Amino acid sequence: MTEPAVALTDAHLRFGSVVALDGMSFDVMPGEMFGLVGPDGAGKTTAIRALLGLLPLDSGTAQVLGHDPARRDRDLKGAVGYLSQRFTLYGDLTVDENLEFFGQIHGVKDLGRRIDQLLLFTRLQRFRTWRADRLSGGMQKKLALACTLVHTPRVLFLDEPTTGVDPMSRRELWGLLSELLASGLSVLLTTPYLDEAERCARVALVRGGRTLACDTPAALRALRPASILEVVCAPVRRARDLLVQSPRVEEVQLFGDRLHVFPRVPEDALTDVLAGLSGVSVSTVRRVQPSLEDVFIWRVTMEAEPRRPNP
Amino acid sequence: MSSPPTVEVRQLTRRFGNLVAVDALTFDAYRGEILGFLGPNGAGKSTAIRMLCGLLAPTSGGARVAGVDVVAQPDEVKRRIGYMSQRFSLYGELRVSDNLELYGALYGLHGSRLQERLDWAISLTKLSDRVGARVDELAGGFRQRLALACALLHEPEVVFLDEPTGGVDPVMRRAFFQLIDDLAAGGITVLLTTHFLDEAEYCHRVAIISRGRLVAAGTPTALKELLAGQVLVDVRSDRPGAALTALASLPELAQVELFGAGVHARAATGVSETQALMATADALHRAGVPSSPPAAALPTLEDVFLDLVGHEEVSP
Repeated sequence: MTEPAVALTDAHLRFGSVVALDGMSFDVMPGEMFGLVGPDGAGKTTAIRALLGLLPLDSGTAQVLGHDPARRDRDLKGAVGYLSQRFTLYGDLTVDENLEFFGQIHGVKDLGRRIDQLLLFTRLQRFRTWRADRLSGGMQKKLALACTLVHTPRVLFLDEPTTGVDPMSRRELWGLLSELLASGLSVLLTTPYLDEAERCARVALVRGGRTLACDTPAALRALRPASILEVVCAPVRRARDLLVQSPRVEEVQLFGDRLHVFPRVPEDALTDVLAGLSGVSVSTVRRVQPSLEDVFIWRVTMEAEPRRPNP
Repeated sequence: MSSPPTVEVRQLTRRFGNLVAVDALTFDAYRGEILGFLGPNGAGKSTAIRMLCGLLAPTSGGARVAGVDVVAQPDEVKRRIGYMSQRFSLYGELRVSDNLELYGALYGLHGSRLQERLDWAISLTKLSDRVGARVDELAGGFRQRLALACALLHEPEVVFLDEPTGGVDPVMRRAFFQLIDDLAAGGITVLLTTHFLDEAEYCHRVAIISRGRLVAAGTPTALKELLAGQVLVDVRSDRPGAALTALASLPELAQVELFGAGVHARAATGVSETQALMATADALHRAGVPSSPPAAALPTLEDVFLDLVGHEEVSP
C-alpha cells in the first residue's frame, strides 16, 4: 500500500465559537491531482493552513510527506509549494525579479536556469522584463504559480487558483497543472466550483468543516442512485409544471433551455409522459449522469434527514 | 417572441482613445427571459453593461432598456433597472433592515409603498427572524438573496446580475436560480454576466462577446451544436499522467489535457471520430497504459466558448 503524500484525519479546529474543522478527513496519493471542493466557509483554507503547519489542530492529525507539519521541519518546508488565495506578487518588480526574489528566499541553486525553465513552462519569456502589475490577471496567476514552483516542490497546495480567472486563462492553468502532474508532483487544490472538480483525479466534497464524500468523480456520481433524463424542450417552465404533477416523476430541475427529470423508477424512460405534454415541444431526450453538484446536494439532504436502513 | 424586447441594443459602440471597447453590439432581450452575457476579462462586458445602466455614454449607436433611451435619458434608465453584484452591493457592518431601508431611500420609496416593498423583500429573503442581524453575519446564500431583494425593491423591469453565485453553497445556488426563474416568469428581464459556464447553463439564451463584438448568441443547446462537427475524445484511466504522456504527441489529437482520472482531447483537423478513437486506443495499448475504451464526448459550453473566443491574447 502506498503512503499518501498528504493526509488529514479526523481534524477538529475551533476559532472561539466558530467550528472551522469538524472531523474533516481526506488523503492525497503521490502524483495525484486532488480537489477539496466546497462552498465558502466549508473549511478548505483552514485545512490547507493546518497542512502547512500554520494552524495547530485541536485534535486529529495532519501528515505531509511523512512529516507532522506542525513541527515545521526544514526539509518539509523545501518540499512544499503553496499558492494562497491572495498571493502577493511584487507589483513594482519585474517578472524576472519576482522569480529571483522567491528563489533567493528558498535558497535555490542554479536559479537562473530554473527561472528560464519556469518562464518557458508558463510561456512568459516574452514578458520577463515587464512589471508584474502590468500583466493581465491570467498572466499574474501564471507568474504566481511559477513563483510557487521555483524551489521544485514535491507537493503543491493551491488555494482557489481559478477564482476570478476567466475561462481561457483557467483552461491554460489546468493545462499547466496537467504538465506538472506528468512530472510526478502531488497537487491539492481547493475550488468552490463543482464543474472544476471533474478535472481532479479524486475529490473530497466538504461542507461545514466535514467531508461529505471522498472518491473519484465517477465513483461519487455512482453514489447518487438515480437516472436522469435530459429533456431539451420549449417552453421549459410549462413542461416543468406539468412533469412535477406526474406520479412517475421524483424531481425536475430547470435549466435555461432544458430540464433534468429524475424518474421515480430509474429504468422508466417516461416516453409516454413526455409525448403527452400538451403545449410543449420536446426536441431531444437523452440519459445523462448525475453531476457532482447533484451528488453534493443529495449528500447534504441525506445528512439533514434521518437515514433509512438499507432493505 | 411576440412582445417587443425590453432590452434593445443597436450598434452600441464605445471607444476609449484608440481602443474600441464595445464594437457595434446588437442584441435583444425579452420580458421573462434570462439572458447570459459571457466573455473573457477585457472583452467589453462591463463597459457594455455600464452603458445599458445609463452610467456611461456610448460613442455611437444606442440602446433602449425598459422602454427608455439610454442616450437621451440615462437617469431615467437608472430608475427602471436593478443591479446586483455579489461583491459590492451590501453594507456588511449594517443590519439587514438598514440595508433594505437604505436601498429603499436611494430608489425614492417612502410611506406605504416602502413598507410594502420591505415586507416583500423580507419574505423573499426568508430573513424575517434576522432583520436585526448584521449582514456580514449571514451565510453566503442569505446575503445573496438580500442583495437580490435590494436590487429589486423598486420593481425594475430589467435586472443586471454580475456573477451572482460565485462561492455559494450549491444547495443555496440551486435555490437562487429557482428564485431567479420565478422572477423571470413573473415578467422581469434578467441579464446575467459571468465567467462561469455552469451559471450560463441556467440562461435561456447566451450571448458570447469577445473584443467588444458579439461572436455568437443562442440557447445553450444551440451553441453546443456549433461544435457538432468536432470530435472530442474522453478516456478514463487509473494512470492519467501516463495516459497524458502516451497521447500528448499523437498526430491524430490536438489539445490533449488531463481531465480527472483520465484525459480529454480534441481530434486534429480532418481526423474522423473513428480514426481519433482508434489511434487513441492504439497509443494507450502500445504504452501499456490501462484505460477505459476511448469514447466520443459531448461538447460543453466551455468548449464552445474557448472555440469561439480563442486563446489568451499575448498582449496583457
